[in-house]
Amino acid sequence: MNVQDLLLPGILLSSFVTGLVIFFLKEEHHRLRTWLNLLGAGVKLILVAALLWGIYQGQTYSFAIEFLPGIPFALGADANSVLFVTLSSVLWFCTTLYAVGYLEDSPHRSRFFGFFSLCVTATTGIALSANLVTFLTFYELLTVTTYPLIVHRGTPEALRGGKIYLTYTLVGGAILLLAVVWLHSLAGPVVFKERGILQSLAASHRGELQIIFLLFMLGLGVKAAIVPLHGWLPKAMVAPAPVSSLLHAVAVVKAGAFGIVRIVYDVYGVENAAALGVLQPLAIAAGVTIVYGSVRALFQDELKKRLAYSTVSQVSYIVLGAAILGPLATIGGLVHLVNQGIMKITLFFCAGDYAETLGTHRVSEMNGVGRRMPWTTAAFTVAALGMIGVPPLAGYISKWYLQKGSIQTGDEWVALVLGASSLLNAAYFLPILYRAWFKAPPEQWPAEHRFGTWETHWMLLLPPLVTAALVIWAGVFAESSFSPLAWVKLIAAREYAP
Amino acid sequence: MTAAWAIALLILSPLAAAALTFAFPRRGRWLALAAALMTGIAIVQLTRRVLADGVLVHRVGGWSAPLGIDLRADGLSVLMLLITALIGLAVSLYAQRYFAAHEPERPHETGSNGRESAPSLGEKSQSRLTSAATKPASKEAKALHREHYFWPLFLFLWTALNALFLSADIFNLYVTLELLGFAAVTLVALAGKRAALTAALRYLFVSLSASLFYLLGVGLVYGQCATVDLPLLAAKAQPGPALWVALALMTGGLIAKAALFPMHFWLPPAHANAPAPVSALLSALVVKGSFYILLRLWFEAFGPLLTPTVAQLFGVLGAAAILWGSVNSLFQKRLKLLIAYSTVAQLGYLFLLFPLAASMDGGFTAWSGGLIFLGAHACAKTAMFLTAGNILHAAGHDRIKDLDGITHLLPVSVFAFGLAGMSLIGLPPSSGFAGKWLLLNAALAQGQWWWVAVILLGSLLAAAYVARVLAHAFTQVNEPQIPNSIPPVMEWTALALALLAVVLGFASQWLAELLRVGAPVAGAMLRGGPTP
Repeated sequence: MNVQDLLLPGILLSSFVTGLVIFFLKEEHHRLRTWLNLLGAGVKLILVAALLWGIYQGQTYSFAIEFLPGIPFALGADANSVLFVTLSSVLWFCTTLYAVGYLEDSPHRSRFFGFFSLCVTATTGIALSANLVTFLTFYELLTVTTYPLIVHRGTPEALRGGKIYLTYTLVGGAILLLAVVWLHSLAGPVVFKERGILQSLAASHRGELQIIFLLFMLGLGVKAAIVPLHGWLPKAMVAPAPVSSLLHAVAVVKAGAFGIVRIVYDVYGVENAAALGVLQPLAIAAGVTIVYGSVRALFQDELKKRLAYSTVSQVSYIVLGAAILGPLATIGGLVHLVNQGIMKITLFFCAGDYAETLGTHRVSEMNGVGRRMPWTTAAFTVAALGMIGVPPLAGYISKWYLQKGSIQTGDEWVALVLGASSLLNAAYFLPILYRAWFKAPPEQWPAEHRFGTWETHWMLLLPPLVTAALVIWAGVFAESSFSPLAWVKLIAAREYAP
Repeated sequence: MTAAWAIALLILSPLAAAALTFAFPRRGRWLALAAALMTGIAIVQLTRRVLADGVLVHRVGGWSAPLGIDLRADGLSVLMLLITALIGLAVSLYAQRYFAAHEPERPHETGSNGRESAPSLGEKSQSRLTSAATKPASKEAKALHREHYFWPLFLFLWTALNALFLSADIFNLYVTLELLGFAAVTLVALAGKRAALTAALRYLFVSLSASLFYLLGVGLVYGQCATVDLPLLAAKAQPGPALWVALALMTGGLIAKAALFPMHFWLPPAHANAPAPVSALLSALVVKGSFYILLRLWFEAFGPLLTPTVAQLFGVLGAAAILWGSVNSLFQKRLKLLIAYSTVAQLGYLFLLFPLAASMDGGFTAWSGGLIFLGAHACAKTAMFLTAGNILHAAGHDRIKDLDGITHLLPVSVFAFGLAGMSLIGLPPSSGFAGKWLLLNAALAQGQWWWVAVILLGSLLAAAYVARVLAHAFTQVNEPQIPNSIPPVMEWTALALALLAVVLGFASQWLAELLRVGAPVAGAMLRGGPTP
């Protein structure tokens, strides 16, 4: 085994070891903990950059150790993995910085950051899993490590939210386990491979494969918050803001969506899945979720709740992209994996900033925040416009490809759903922007804090500005060779190769 | 070291240490550690020899069966011995400080049904009055007194277990089982509280009558086959009414001892009221001794008699145990009772091995799955009971609803509880997951989907009762109570075992290879996929 093979486990260990060490730090070791956090996040970022560079040079990476009889615990770096692992490591770095600033002087920080690091380990593990059992392992690990983050505040409300979260995800996990075991008993060890591995079974085991696909979607759909399995998501909003950001942009919800992408493209194979007739129901479920989430978001006054329902809606764009046959829809769905991440994390960062700096939690309290906090509100505006799909921002790219893809395959109803969703997006985001910029600020904010020179603590301000810049970059430079879109096009080309 | 030495050392070193503790009662701690070290070396050697050379038979005194006594080590024996050595070492370490550490202020006694018996007001105030002046000194003396009894009994229990796992005939198994039972009952009584004594007495009655049933069965078998040697029985046994009766008697007795539903009633009070290291030994090892004999009987000596109906019957009882135990666990008020009912449930999984391993198709998959699960449960349950002991010591009680404060102050123990819980629930990559995975694989391959449903439902219920405890780790406390201090070794032993329960999942391939040696079930490990 040479050094190169240790890169993939290194990416996992960079946060795993950090997490373990942090557990043993005393509460008052604030500075040391901060440095450790940033060091872990930084090392992970460097290792992921090295991975990208290596792949660019034509290097392939894999790592495996013995696990279950006949099934290794295997890591790999295919195109899909790289997409997700880059997203999660970049956003983790931002969130770490944000969380350090956000949680200053709150209790149990060692516990929080310990689980925080483990949570990211699980997410990167999901990205780098090379077979289904390894994926399942990290998927369940994610459930376990996010629970302490959700209940972090320890209030009865937080505990209730945590309980609902655990109930949903563990039942989903059990269904997923059933699907995985069943598929193994039919097909043997399931390794992720472009264009899938089940073609040979499609004719002989059609019915069973359809049922297993349904089980997969039920199991993964819980985390991806597909209606009606989304009930836990708005309840989990009791978590501290950095956790919500992470949950919605990279970790839990994204893990579910990424799992669906994996199953459709790299286990069943999208063409094979279409032939089995399982994609149409999935597309309908995604469409319903998109509209339902947007409608519910419209009626939420609490900002974080509104964003939560917006997530329910937006994540299903990814599912929708996977459920429509054709390279354009694939591109649209996969690129939204990245785009939704950077846009939603910006929105949650800003929501946390408003709450921490001004004490505003509700949309109705947001009059004039743009005058008090122009930079934060500018970031919020960029992300919100991106969500609506205003060109040339990130969200526009996703929607454009999805739209084209659905027209290409003749699914005109999808185009209608997307149009309706964009209108609804505008309906629930534009009033916020209007209030923020054009209404007069109140005499007194609910609970204002002053943080020196800047409008808020610099650790709270910098992350949303960076991610907002990413939103612009992912849109404006979409056609350059260093953009999410360029990478996603490569994936699509491989999935549909003749 | 030859295999014969290793086998001899496994039985003789805990026995010698037990004998020496009588001569040197104050050296119990060191003698136990020495015994743990010796058995550790012996089992490592034996494992290597068995993996290299296959099944080992040692003829004691050079006489072969049926005249002499054979000691035999195959994959199954070695696995059980390994688990015993591991748990034995952990308990030896934990108990170094357990008895000397501060006793709980006001032990919360439990009635034999698991209901809390509220102490009367007078009793309470009286104890408060006396505790200030006279109690500390006498309490310490009592604790040391208890410790003096603990070490020899523990070492005898260990001897009995090692001898049991090495025995190759059903009479020898009876002798070791009886020794095991007596040591276990006495250890339960060691707690000295009224509830513990009641539980121990009940346990004694069950254990004694179960042994009688078993012995009766052995007598009948001997009358029929003129031998008690397991391999010879396999060759000679002819299915007939007398043999069926014999087998039914033996099985009935062993089921009672293994606490399989509906014969589990004695287990929760006994396991919950014993001192923590004893609870760990009982749940992790003692009940599994009887289960081990059941495996030997049904799969090895009387394989042809394990008809599908019988196998399914075992499975049904196991499934009932899983559901009944888990649901009861969910409603317990005390932590130790919750863990004890969880044992009832987890033992049920072991019995799913009967319907699943009896089939040719994937039999070995289920066999190794069930036994990996056994190892996983041993580690996880020991970790949990040791954790419960820490909490009981630190807080002076183990009422789940009042655990809010204490869990902040024992982070290592709570973390250990969480890890052990992961394995009990069967979350990957824990060894509990590996066991369940193999059982599920076999069940699906054989089309016995009803066991799949039971296994998954059991996992969810386990998640519910583990989460019920762990939620308290995150609640806010306004005035954290100052706990009695806990010696670090007690916390870290629990954590080490819990970690092991998780990490052992990665050893499942190795464990399956070990179990392959002399496995009484046929068939290759299931690979899945279309048959070529």
